[in-house]
Amino acid sequence: MLIKEILWVALGAIRANLLRSFLTALGIIIGVSAVIAMVALGEGAQRRVEDQISRMGTNVLTIRAGQRMFGGVSTGDTEDLTVEDAEALRDQSPGLLTISPEISSRAQVAYLRWNSNNQIRGVWPEYFGMYNLELEHGAFFDQGHVQGRRRVAVLGHSVPETLGTPATILIGKTIQIRGQPFEVLGILTEKGEAGFNRPDEEVFVPTSTAQYRVFGGRNRLSSIFAQVASQDLMDRAFGEIDATLRREHRVRPGEAVDFSVRNSSDLIATFNETNETFALLLAGIAGISLIVGGIGIMNIMLVSVTERTREIGVRKALGATRGAILFQFLIEALVLCVMGGVIGVLAGVGGAMAISRFAEWNTAISPQSIVMALAFSAGIGLFFGLWPAQRAAKLNPIDALRYE
Amino acid sequence: MVIKTEDLSKHYILGVETVKALDGVDLEIATGEFVAVMGPSGSGKSTFMNLIGCLDTPTAGNYWLNGGQVSNLSEDELARVRNQEIGFVFQTFNLLPRATALHNVELPLIYAGVGVKERRERAEEKLSLVGLGDRMGHRPPELSGGQRQRVAVARALINEPALLLADEPTGNLDSTTGKDIMKVFVDLNAQGQTIVIVTHENDIAEYAERQVHLLDGLIDKDFRNEDREI
Repeated sequence: MLIKEILWVALGAIRANLLRSFLTALGIIIGVSAVIAMVALGEGAQRRVEDQISRMGTNVLTIRAGQRMFGGVSTGDTEDLTVEDAEALRDQSPGLLTISPEISSRAQVAYLRWNSNNQIRGVWPEYFGMYNLELEHGAFFDQGHVQGRRRVAVLGHSVPETLGTPATILIGKTIQIRGQPFEVLGILTEKGEAGFNRPDEEVFVPTSTAQYRVFGGRNRLSSIFAQVASQDLMDRAFGEIDATLRREHRVRPGEAVDFSVRNSSDLIATFNETNETFALLLAGIAGISLIVGGIGIMNIMLVSVTERTREIGVRKALGATRGAILFQFLIEALVLCVMGGVIGVLAGVGGAMAISRFAEWNTAISPQSIVMALAFSAGIGLFFGLWPAQRAAKLNPIDALRYE
Repeated sequence: MVIKTEDLSKHYILGVETVKALDGVDLEIATGEFVAVMGPSGSGKSTFMNLIGCLDTPTAGNYWLNGGQVSNLSEDELARVRNQEIGFVFQTFNLLPRATALHNVELPLIYAGVGVKERRERAEEKLSLVGLGDRMGHRPPELSGGQRQRVAVARALINEPALLLADEPTGNLDSTTGKDIMKVFVDLNAQGQTIVIVTHENDIAEYAERQVHLLDGLIDKDFRNEDREI
């Protein structure tokens, strides 16, 4: 019941000086809302990057043909990557989760009287899983289609629209790719941009079909993609690719290789790191404003103790212990800070929403940041309220009663 | 015996000088007595009041309140004694301005840890006793000086204290209202309440049945008030 009295007194004191209390809490409000909004911005940017990564394929290595070197001098011609290389990687490198060769070029796609120019990608079925491509309608092609060089195609999300036909109608229909008839097996869900690619506008066909029926018997691949189970296994995967392709291409140890391997998510990871640093910096600045707010709380609590010296004297004369007085002023600071914190959270969430709506930046409000900001503001109330409360508790009742 | 002091002293050291605010007071006040402590300013009566009110501790001597030795208690123990054994009435009332009369009277019970229901009942009873049964929801600024002092008296009585200690209780009141308040004290005393009033006004001291005069930190005169004004 003492706690009830203490809360009642604290709320009464805040209400009695409403404007002053609000101005004091403003420091905390601004601090907390800044923390919430900044963390939401940082988190939003982070998620956007993570999205990008997943669209660019998780842990996917890209192998491209490089120039053949002869005695340190480039001979000018590039060594080809072939489907056999891809098969060797699939069969001989256990560290690689899935493999897909890729051969791509732009070509004319037509259906009835509509036609458009699209990127045609000849891949294995594993490619879809690697790049998190999902079906909206129909089915993917499989290894059987690859082996049979079947004329089947999976279309990116916006291809049916460019062909002037609803996706559901297009399934099972025959379209022309560079004059060759292809059966439409499936339509993908919308993906948006992924790095430099626009999977929504691409047409996917089996590698073998692309090689022999679209691009005229070309054996050369554009690249080979290899997915690795986890980031930790990257080094091992690099080693295996190196060993397998050296064997395939008969490159002796010590000699320079005629291919390059790069990790597509490296760039993103770097970007991500920069992003994190930036978010941390913003949160740090917001944190400083919280501390400044706390000093404001301490200042006003000291004023409050001085103003209420007589009240403290009366309470002591009536039997309030030091602890009761200490507690009373501590709770008052705490209530002030927590109220500021709650208003700050609301303002921060509102601010983050406004930013994402009007500036069209991605924001993600994390529950942890709300809990943290509230706990932090309560902590500030306790920390900066302690000294004024101690001053109040230590007042001598006689002097306090005589205070004018 | 409510109060028994033995060589009660309070010396302050100011630089090289020792100020003897109170210099060895021996006094006994029995249960049910109504005593006025008098003296000019500087006589030590404020110091004496602070000591017997357990707001301060003596530098020497002993003090028994209601049979218990209180001259060397810790600060929190003194707070408990003030809460349980002493009811204060101040010259300036010292009510909490934002709290209702009822809440002001309840305050000592809150620090005593009494439950809400009992607190309310007891506070209402004491307010009715001082004639403010119809003003319980009013805040001090809405009350007259006399009414405020009655609230203070109700608050002082709430814990059934062994000692009602009043410091110039009529100092801020006009003479008619002052007389009313003194009547309240006389009535309470008639019901057996031990009362000590600290005052410099003879008129007020006339209401008490015994007067103790202090001078220079010592008891100057201690006598029964034969022609007591009631």
